[in-house]
Order: sequence, then C-alpha cells, then structure tokens
Amino acid sequence: MSLFKGHTAVAGVGQTEFSKDSGRSELQLASEAVRAALADAGLGPADVDGLVTMTVDPNDELSLMRSVGIREVRWTSRTPFGGGGSKAMLQHAAAAVASGAADVVVCFRAFNERSATRFGQPTKQPNPAWNWYKPFGLDTPAKVYSLWYQRYMTTYGLTNEDFGRYTVVARKHAANNPNAWFYTRPITLADHQASRWVVEPILRLLDCCQESDGGVAMVVTSTERARDLRQPLVTLEGATQTHLSSAGDNTMFNFYGPDLAWFEEANFVARQLWEGTGLAPGDIDAAMIYENFSPVVFLQLEAFGFCGRGEAAGFIADGHIELGGTLPVNTHGGLLGEAYIHGLNNVIEGVRQIRGTSVNQVRRAARVLCAAGHSALILGNGEA
Amino acid sequence: MPLDRLASSVAVFHSKCYEGSCKRAEKEGAYLVPRVTPPVPGRDDGYFWDGVAAGRLLGRRCAACSYLQHPPSPMCPRCGSVDWEVIDLAGTGSVYSWIISRHPSQPDDEPRVVALVELDEGVRMVTNLRGIEPARIRTGLRVGVGFAEIDGTTLPQFAPLEGQS
Repeated sequence: MSLFKGHTAVAGVGQTEFSKDSGRSELQLASEAVRAALADAGLGPADVDGLVTMTVDPNDELSLMRSVGIREVRWTSRTPFGGGGSKAMLQHAAAAVASGAADVVVCFRAFNERSATRFGQPTKQPNPAWNWYKPFGLDTPAKVYSLWYQRYMTTYGLTNEDFGRYTVVARKHAANNPNAWFYTRPITLADHQASRWVVEPILRLLDCCQESDGGVAMVVTSTERARDLRQPLVTLEGATQTHLSSAGDNTMFNFYGPDLAWFEEANFVARQLWEGTGLAPGDIDAAMIYENFSPVVFLQLEAFGFCGRGEAAGFIADGHIELGGTLPVNTHGGLLGEAYIHGLNNVIEGVRQIRGTSVNQVRRAARVLCAAGHSALILGNGEA
Repeated sequence: MPLDRLASSVAVFHSKCYEGSCKRAEKEGAYLVPRVTPPVPGRDDGYFWDGVAAGRLLGRRCAACSYLQHPPSPMCPRCGSVDWEVIDLAGTGSVYSWIISRHPSQPDDEPRVVALVELDEGVRMVTNLRGIEPARIRTGLRVGVGFAEIDGTTLPQFAPLEGQS
C-alpha cells in the first residue's frame, strides 16, 4: 500500500492570527491564510491547480480563487468528519499530486468559530440525522463525546484529575507560544480541578478545546519540486484515514463498536501508517494529537501504541509528553492551548518542528506524527 | 411492557422538573434551553417513534436473516435484504455509559442524565436515566424502560429495575 512515502511534501504553511473575534469575513481569513502559505513556499497564486478543504468549511472554492487570484484549478476535494478528518486533507492533496491530477494543491480551513458559529453551543434545530441523540439531550460535542470517554474512564478507573494532567502540559506549551491564545497563561492541576463541570464526571471547562477565529493553509507539492522551493524540505511520509461502519452509524462518534474503551478507528489509522511507512512508535520524535477534549489524547496515545491500553494516564503523569520526554505532544499547546482551527493548525506545528522553528523545539525532530483520530499523517525531513 | 417491573416510585415520570428548568433558563436570557428537541421521524426510523407514541419500545429486524440493528439502516448490512420486521424489545438492559450534563445549557440543579443502555437483545441505545441519584449510577446497572412526555415530546426513559436503586 502506497502512502506517498516521501514523494510529496508540505512546501509552505500559512495562517492568520488566532483570535476570538477576527473582525473580518471567513473568506478573507481563508484568503489571507492561503496567500501566506504560498508566500512561505515561494510560490504564487498562479501556481495553484488544486484545492482541498473540509465538507464543513464555509468558503466556496470559486470565491476563494477570485479573492486570492488563483486562476485555474483542476482538482478539488473535501474531507468528511470535521476535525477528525483534518489530516485526510493532506492525504487528498498528496493523492492528487502523486497521481498527476494536480501539481500544487492548497489545503485550507478558515472560520469565525468563536465570533460567529460556535461549535460548543447546542442548537435546538431538529435534525433527522440526530433523532437518536438530540431528543435525549446530546446536543453539544462535549456531551456527545463524553458518553464515549466515560466508558474509557470507568474501564480503567480514571478520574477527571488524570485528564487534567494532560491539560496542564498543553497549557505549559501554549504559555511559551506567542501564537497561542493562552500565551503566558499556564495553569496548575488545582486550577484545572477548580474549573466548573461541563459534563460530569468527565469534562471540566479546562478539558475543552477553545472556540477560535482564524484561518490556516498549506501547500502540498511533489518532493522533487519542493526541494527547489524556499523552505527546508518537509515530506509527507504517510497520510491516511479510516471509516469503520462496524463502529457506528455516525461519522463523528462511536457508540456501537464492540469496545468503547478503545479508539478502534485511530488504531486502524495507526496500523495503516506503521505498515505503510515502515516506521514504529519509537521512530516518532513528537506528536500533534487532535484534542477537542482532553480524554481523546489518552485514547490516541494508546491506539497508536505509544503506551499500552489503559496506560496513557501513567504515561502522561510520568512526563513522557513534555518537552524533554520520550514523545513531546502538542508542543504548540494543542487545540486547548493554541487555538481550535479544526486541527489543521496542528499540522503547521508539525511542519515547524521538522523545520526546527518551533518555539518549543524538539531537538533534531525528524519524524512528527499528526493524528486526528479518524485520520493521521507523518511528516519527515526527507532523510531515510 | 416492563413498566410493572420498574420501582413504583419511578413508574410514572413527570416533566415538571424539566419545565421548571426551562423557565429558569429563559428568565436568565440563556440561549440554551433544556427543552427537548423533538425528533423528525423519517422512513427509516418512523416505526420507532410510532412505537414510542404508543408506549412501546420497538426494534427493527431483518425479515430475511433476523439481524437486529439499532440504529437501523434501510438495507440489511448482513444479507442485503430491504425487508424488515418490527419487533417489541423487552425494554430491559444495563447501563454501558452515562453522563451528567452540567453544560451551561442546563441549570446545575436539574442535570439531565444521558445514558447509553445495552439492551438485553444486544443493541445499544441512547436514552435518559431517571429515578436514581446520579452518584449511584454504575456501569452494569439493570434498567427498564418507561415513557414520559416532556415538553410535548414523548421519549423512552430508563430507570433502575426494582432492587437496583
């Protein structure tokens, strides 16, 4: 199975500032991020012939092209799942480049997710697709996902304090990141435990990701072409996604799989990546792990084999995910600490780590995993 | 129906607590009100809501291979049949997972317990748990179904079976 092993590259990354009120349109955010990514790569709008975003992104491709000055596009695609599919965007882009369908593909995601449509707020709008959930009160992501995380907690005897230990690390990393909303604002475990319940006994406020305004974009092209561009080479060693019908009827969550104390979809993605790239957990120098809520970091650490089942709490408590640990995680602060740009900002941090430009730089980072549950990718530096 | 198997104190559900919290939330100007969002039954799940309106908990089983699926899909994933038969479920099961919502959409004094119940037929169903102190809910707790009208919407609601609470 080919996973684009090193043949495609992330040649440029761009973003707007991350805020709670951008003061401008989502199309403008997308346009600014795309222009920034192209400039970073040393390319121009005329070089772009492919566009990839998420099905839920509000920005129309043609409108974006008109705004940025992209003239002719011959490849577009959109990934399902929202943030869980954020890494699949790179898979789509790489597939287009590897097949020759496009040469320079821009992945983008931009929204006013705090000042306009807030993901964390329930909507009372009846929705036929949510008949099995909404009437019973599952009307926010926090509630929906907690019903899954709770099984993990009870299976392994975890408490909310265990999740807090992750949050403290994420906020510590964010505190050193000028790009993060929570720059210079670390927390203690006591702060975490003092924050109010959102879903008891699983999530407190500080376990929840932010709601953010902002845009992120990146440029994917062939490694051959990227070598001649402006930035140090960052290869896409592998990118994949998974959908498991056996795991449930809804793409966003899983209430029906055989064992909800285990992230089956993430494990499926992990096995594809390890087999497809020949790499193993021990080869990964840092990991950017999507966290809409803190518990999903635990489930992914286990699903990817960084620790055994039920061992993530101990793995985190022992300091493995901190700078200087065996697997620094979310060195930008994650979606809790930096911003919630639907997981695509995690890939930018992965790129910074390979380039050696992160504010929380991991020494000689050569392989970085970016995981989002249902999709994941590994970035490399082009050296075997 | 298994209503007679429920602890007598919870056999009849009242919606007063929900109404009360709704009023409070509205007064506070919250844009989040814990009033039930009604289902919008369609061709694939209308049988379930018809059953609920009649006080029955119904499941859908493949007419060809008897595969029971919940939530249902229009085609049997096991044999490809599009013929289904509706059956009465026993309405008993055990708690697989649960949450107590403290979301700002719900005032803290009236949290709603959402539970994932594993029915004795082997399928899981999202529902609400009532008639038990949240602190006493445990994985594996035996529960049975009842029906309650909340803000005009009838919903299946589970409560501990006798001797369980």
